[in-house]
Amino acid sequence: MTAQAHEGVKPAKKRFRIDYHTFGPLVALIALCILGFALNPAFASEGNIANLLTRSAFIGIIAVGATFVITAGGIDLSVGSMAAVISGVMIIVMNAAIETLGTGIPTVLLGCAASVLLGLAAGFLNGFMTTKGKIEAFIVTLGTMGIFRSLVTYFADGGTLSLAFDIRDAYRPVYYGNVLGIPVPVLVFALVALLGWVLLNRTAFGRYCMAIGSNETVARYSAIKVDRVKTLTYVIQGLCVSIATIIYVPRLGSASSSTGVLWELEAIAAVIIGGTMLKGGYGRIGGTVIGAIMLTTIGNILNLTDIISNYLNGAVQGVIIIAAVWLQRGNLGHLNIFRKAKG
Amino acid sequence: MRTLKLIAGAALCSVALGVTAAAAQEITIGVSIPAATHGWAGGLNWHAEQAMARIEEANPDIDIVLIAADGPAQQANDLEDLISIHQIDALVVLPFESEPLTDPVRMVKESGVFVTVVDRGLSQEGIEDVYVAGNNTALGTVSGEYFLSRLGEGDNIVILRGIPTVIDDERFNAFMETIEGSGINVLDNQYANWNRDDGFEVMQDFLSRFPDIDGVWAQDDDIALGVIEAVRQAGREDELFIVGGAGMKEIIQMVMEGSELVPVDVLYPPAMIATAMDVTVSHFTSNGPVSGEYILGAPLITPENAEDYYFPDSTF
Repeated sequence: MTAQAHEGVKPAKKRFRIDYHTFGPLVALIALCILGFALNPAFASEGNIANLLTRSAFIGIIAVGATFVITAGGIDLSVGSMAAVISGVMIIVMNAAIETLGTGIPTVLLGCAASVLLGLAAGFLNGFMTTKGKIEAFIVTLGTMGIFRSLVTYFADGGTLSLAFDIRDAYRPVYYGNVLGIPVPVLVFALVALLGWVLLNRTAFGRYCMAIGSNETVARYSAIKVDRVKTLTYVIQGLCVSIATIIYVPRLGSASSSTGVLWELEAIAAVIIGGTMLKGGYGRIGGTVIGAIMLTTIGNILNLTDIISNYLNGAVQGVIIIAAVWLQRGNLGHLNIFRKAKG
Repeated sequence: MRTLKLIAGAALCSVALGVTAAAAQEITIGVSIPAATHGWAGGLNWHAEQAMARIEEANPDIDIVLIAADGPAQQANDLEDLISIHQIDALVVLPFESEPLTDPVRMVKESGVFVTVVDRGLSQEGIEDVYVAGNNTALGTVSGEYFLSRLGEGDNIVILRGIPTVIDDERFNAFMETIEGSGINVLDNQYANWNRDDGFEVMQDFLSRFPDIDGVWAQDDDIALGVIEAVRQAGREDELFIVGGAGMKEIIQMVMEGSELVPVDVLYPPAMIATAMDVTVSHFTSNGPVSGEYILGAPLITPENAEDYYFPDSTF
């Protein structure tokens, strides 16, 4: 959210539409929150807000990574399966380490180290095959999506991998703990978003991502090491998945083949709602953060009310997602009433 | 197709002719089930493999081919393969979905194969020789009766349902009928998709929305595990109890240990696939008629009988 505030003060490129562009997702989120509060005052309770932000952290952190991939003109469909398989391996590693390292912090750290290594490796694999292998990112990550998903099913023997109860006490605070009243996952999310914002908006790497996304050939002629930058975006994505996984595992202490199903679509949706172009060339981390929070807010509101038939939950989510992007694209400016109001 | 029928016919004849013929000619039983995409299906696969090993060990002349499908379309392909490649004499099938698999199973039946359908029935009657199933209605009724025994007028409960399907509706409607008129308030029901993460999130929201909850019907043990964590996080373990369903080993263990939070469970066992395979085998080995329906009970699992339903080695 700090990132959003920073982006807000960017100088306007066009006179009127820029407001919708920058604040569209935020306006949509605020509208959603007002709706939530109107439907059920419990929405604004401290506990509910904390739950909501904590929940957004998984998708949000993954979506920060996805912002880089998409800005550079790529796509990663494997993140949900990757999160599942990394969770699974973390659990296996930690359970196996109990005998030698005990049930304390060292075992947890070992699990986290395994997670980071796997995330980096999986990201590199996706990036390498896309750039050096010259295979469409859509196909590469569709392939790895299937591979990762079957691997976790295989590791779990079709069932569920469960973290040994002895370690859970040491690991639990990573999800359930808080610092100064702010849940740990929310802090990690904020930190990842801030770093992501700096990397995308204040470094050469970020500019390269945007340049490659808007025109790869031109970027290549401009002496940008396109393959390296693109591969790095997938590595960043992998790292983000591993961070999200480290926070996810202590929540339920388990991984199964149903872990992280459709997270890739949620992450992509968060990125797009936030204003990043699906075809690449323009990315916004602040928007992605808002997008991720919005997605979880929709689900939360639907659980807080019973006026809509349960069967229609998916439809309501779809409508809100489309409406948010519509608002964010500044399409309101094209409507007659708004034009008149401006004139 | 004609040769297939001939072979299948020959196999059946040899069976009919007696044990000596059967010993000479191996019997192949095809088992087609959904892949292990969630906990219960994982248990299904585990029990199918266990039963396969056990049956093949006990009957050297019976060969079992086990195939798991990712979706209805793949399962239809699997059925064709079982006929054309493996030339099965009997089929045990747990259809992914009823409608799309009715015709493929009928084709199998028409090729002269003995057919056992498990759990999710076909959309037309009279195709299968044997139907083995858990009892979704009873699962709802038995759960409802437990709530009646614990709660009464003015008590509040919430319900976490599965995925919008016929099975889910059967359970839910039976439950609601059972508690009707008891004065127990159902505060709300939401889908948790037979999934731990969704169970956790939906329950978190219920807890922030309702200050007074006396009981939770989670309808499924995977959901129940998510609910348990959400309730613990909110520190409200003492005010409510949770009833799941299916018979997952972790939940059974809690029941066995006399948990206050999870006092009972209702059985809907993935082991029913083993029952179906045994019944099918007995068509070839027994001298009694094997056809009709075999509906498993949905007993209430309490600390007293939990041990009977506890499979610590199972994945579920």
